[in-house]
Amino acid sequence: MRAFTYERALTPQAAAGATLAEGAKFIAGGTNLLDLMKLDIERPAHLVDINRLELNAVTDTADGGLHVGALVTNTDLASHPRVKADYAVLSRAIVAGASGQIRNKATTGGNLLQRARCPYFYDTNLPCNKREPGSGCAALTGLSRPLAVIGTSDACIAQHPSDMAVALRVLDATVNTLKADGTGRTLALDDFYRLPGDTPHLETTLEAGELITGVTLPPPPGGTHVYRKVRDRASYAFALVSVAAVLNGRDSRFAFGGVAPRPWRVEEAETARAGAEPDARARAVIDAAFADARPTEQNAFKIPLLRRTLSAVLAQASGEEK
Amino acid sequence: MTPSTPQLPVTLRVNGVPRTLTLDPRVTLLDTLREHLHLTGTKKGCDHGQCGACTVLVDGTRLLSCLTLAVMHDGQAVTTVEGLGTPDALHPLQDAFIRHDGYQCGYCTPGQLCSSVGTLDEIARGVPSHVTADLDDVSFSAEELRERLSGNICRCAAYPNIIAAVSEVHAAQNGTAQPEKGQ
Ligand SMILES: Cc1cc2nc3c(=O)[nH]c(=O)nc-3n(C[C@H](O)[C@H](O)[C@H](O)COP(=O)(O)OP(=O)(O)OC[C@H]3O[C@@H](n4cnc5c(N)ncnc54)[C@H](O)[C@@H]3O)c2cc1C
Ligand code: SF4
Ligand code: FES
Ligand code: FES
Repeated sequence: MRAFTYERALTPQAAAGATLAEGAKFIAGGTNLLDLMKLDIERPAHLVDINRLELNAVTDTADGGLHVGALVTNTDLASHPRVKADYAVLSRAIVAGASGQIRNKATTGGNLLQRARCPYFYDTNLPCNKREPGSGCAALTGLSRPLAVIGTSDACIAQHPSDMAVALRVLDATVNTLKADGTGRTLALDDFYRLPGDTPHLETTLEAGELITGVTLPPPPGGTHVYRKVRDRASYAFALVSVAAVLNGRDSRFAFGGVAPRPWRVEEAETARAGAEPDARARAVIDAAFADARPTEQNAFKIPLLRRTLSAVLAQASGEEK
Repeated sequence: MTPSTPQLPVTLRVNGVPRTLTLDPRVTLLDTLREHLHLTGTKKGCDHGQCGACTVLVDGTRLLSCLTLAVMHDGQAVTTVEGLGTPDALHPLQDAFIRHDGYQCGYCTPGQLCSSVGTLDEIARGVPSHVTADLDDVSFSAEELRERLSGNICRCAAYPNIIAAVSEVHAAQNGTAQPEKGQ
């Protein structure tokens, strides 16, 4: 690991200012950043430890929603009584990811900003536009099985790895930030995550020094909550595909993971064939939501897999578990 | 050559004993325990969060010591396998692992023991897992244990014996009948 200087931030404002400088980074749980630093993929010159900031509470909002501090651990969020009762899809998505040890350390802000799990992003011997802008993309002609099928570009086809973010997308959560100049922003997830275009190294719209302070959940949507993740092992592996669903008759909502550079949700597709039997409905929703998909030969299987997964989710919700 | 970085003072309460060190901020909690405190019970397997061999308890919670820096834990309490029990006074899990032949190569066992202690506490606190059917009713089962210990990778097929050992300790702690022994 390269040398860096280290400081502990004591207030959110001090933290936001502290990473204005080039090469400075926040560290929360460290479960992604330290892994990448050991591999020489992330090379911060200065680390700002934000673990002492008072951003670790889950609080009720005035409109009946919930505010989740950026430092709330994945375990604490999944275990929170209101999350279990009112936003079960979020609990389910979190516990579908990583291992107990990692979830005890991983934080809400860090989870949203975890970096790609493309095999070439991790292999510093091979070109990767995300790791070294302009170097090329080894995945386009290489092992693309785990990668994205939609929202990609000729510069990068990596998928977003977070499970939690997929549930946050289906719940219409927003990300709250504090900028170095002291002002704050509230961003919808689609405005927070960038699509790769020709700058895949820029993954979010966060500015230099901007701190995630938390995530806000709107009032509970009701309905039946399901998170279904399909992976190569039954446990402790990233998603090939995943479905986060809040099922409420005609108003059912679906977000998809493992298939795009950010959680994928197409609101207009959600009403397709509402009320139809699960297979037909799943086909209509996926056809509409993935009309623009550009899969590779190796990952084209993800679209039919997603269709079957959604069909299973719909069947589960209508009480006939498949 | 790597430029030198300012060393930082760090105090950890390790297995009940306060230890003050001066460390390069790069030093992970794992390397602190092994290289600086010579507590070699905690093992370095993958060093990248994938095997669970480095699991320790920090303020009672299980985490991976390879993916965290010692300086991030200044003032906190760390329990390693050496702190769970002693040869004369084994932790109930250590005792049960012996009787059920849950120990194998010894590389994974310290992490599995610490992970098991953390797991039983998480179940008692109602922390759900991927296989929990009802989020409001987190209860003990062999299936729950298998899922919750899945971050500890072992190549030697000790898993069924580990499940038996941890199940027995859970039953003893809770005065319940032992659940089904599973794979
Ligand atoms: C073996 C393994 C398996 C895993 N499996 C899964 C899985 O199946 N599903 C899944 O979703 N995840 C998985 N993960 C990823 C894990 O969830 C992430 O590593 C974790 O959520 C990151 O959170 P952290 O707090 O540790 O982030 P850190 O590593 O501390 O930070 C990550 C990034 O976020 C930035 N950052 C952190 N907090 C803030 C903030 N408040 N404001 C601005 N920037 C911030 C940091 O600068 C850094 O760039 C796995 C990880 C490992 C090691
Ligand atoms: S898909 Fe993206 S992350 Fe993977 S090698 Fe190409 S540019 Fe890098
Ligand atoms: S050494 Fe930490 S998880 Fe493998
Ligand atoms: S105990 Fe080490 S491989 Fe199983």
